[in-house]
Formats: sequence, structure tokens, C-alpha cells
Amino acid sequence: MFELIVFLVLMTLGYLVGQFAEKKHYKSITEREKKLKELPTVASRFPPPGKRHDQSLVMGNTVISIDYFKRFVATLRNLFGGRVTSYETLLDRARRESLLRMKEQAKAMGAEYVFNVKYETASISKGRNNTIGSVEVLAYGTALVKPRDAV
Amino acid sequence: MLISNMEILPGKQIRTHLGLVQGSSVRAKHVGRDIMASLKNIFGGELKGYTELLQESRDEAMDRMEEQAKAVGANAILNVRFSTSSVAQGAAEIYVYGSAVVLE
Repeated sequence: MFELIVFLVLMTLGYLVGQFAEKKHYKSITEREKKLKELPTVASRFPPPGKRHDQSLVMGNTVISIDYFKRFVATLRNLFGGRVTSYETLLDRARRESLLRMKEQAKAMGAEYVFNVKYETASISKGRNNTIGSVEVLAYGTALVKPRDAV
Repeated sequence: MLISNMEILPGKQIRTHLGLVQGSSVRAKHVGRDIMASLKNIFGGELKGYTELLQESRDEAMDRMEEQAKAVGANAILNVRFSTSSVAQGAAEIYVYGSAVVLE
């Protein structure tokens, strides 16, 4: 009986706090994405021809954890199959946040573009029954900065 | 030292290739961070402690790579890649590698 109460409390807490945090995070992501829209990030391996740029490695990383409620829902999903939306949003948030951090770093340098952007994902901690607890996403690329002497 | 994850540099010539250089670092988190993380496992959200930890670890791996590149006499590292693997429970290895070159 006691275990059931604990479980229900954790579920409600996870649901309420998790939903609130996710909404807040998405709001901040969309706002910052709008702000950094002018800085293009390109997956191309080759820089634009004919222009001289200074290069520098930029990166951003995020470790993000799933909440109790979503983890439970994901475990249920394992029985029935189908889209696991709880993990989809988790990874989406982590990727977009990492890219934003990378772009912020690039912008602080005064970069014109970020080229050769790559993502790297790793699951950090495994929870009970080997479910994924938290993921780390690293985004990195090369910032192309206009050389100071060539103005 | 110029570090970049592109293969070529506009307007610069590669004089010599000096081969692969690498750096790695394995870090574990301390208990305080672990407790915070287990709380976050209930509520969800970003684990700031881990984000910092992995960032520090990555910086250290890059420093080691840079040292190695300096030792072979390179002045730039191109085509840098990162890779992460969890070695044991609670420890992660960060691995970074690239090719050391001498630029004109």
C-alpha cells in the first residue's frame, strides 16, 4: 500500500513538474532560435569558395533527463510498440539546446557561418531495467569568422 | 594552435601531414552530483552538473590532443571528431582525435 502511494506521488510530481519544465524549455528554445536565425549553420564539409575566414572550433553540450511519469509511459510503450513520444521530445530538446549553445558561442566570436556541424549522442546513465535515464548531446562545428584585417 | 573540424582551410596550404593525434579523458561524477541527478530523474530537466562535468572532460581531452600535436611539431589540427562511451557505471570516456598538420 505504502509503495503504491509513493509511486502515485512520484507519478504526479513527475507529470506536473516535468510538463511545466518542458513547456518552459520549449518556449526559451523557440525564442533563442528566433534570435539566432541570422547565423546560418551548415552541414556542408567545404567552406564557401573565394572567401577568407578565420576558423575556430565551437561546441555546445546538454545533458538532459527524463521525468518519472514519462519513463513509466515509455515502459508501457515497450509492451505495445509504436512511437515513444516521451523520448522523442527529450532528444529533440537536447539537440536543439546543444545547437543553440554552439550558435551562442559562435555568435560571441562574431562568426558569419558555422560549417560542418555534427551531432554526437550518448546515453549517460541507465536506470532500472536498463531504461535510458539521461542523454547527452554534443553539437560541434567550425565557426567561420571574418578576419579582422580584411575589412 | 588552430583546431577545426573541417578538412581544408580556405586560403591556406597544408605543407605536411603529421598523422593522427588524440586525447582522451575518463571522468566520474561525485556523490553530491549523483544525488542531484537522481532527484532530476523524477522531475526531468537538465542535469547541469553533468553538462559541466562533460564539458570539463572534453576540454581536458582537447588539451591532451593539443599537447600531442605540439610535440610532433604541428601548428594546426584538422578534421577533429568527438566520441563518447560509457566505460563503467557512472564514468564516461571522452575521446577526441584529428589529424595534425603543418600549415604554410
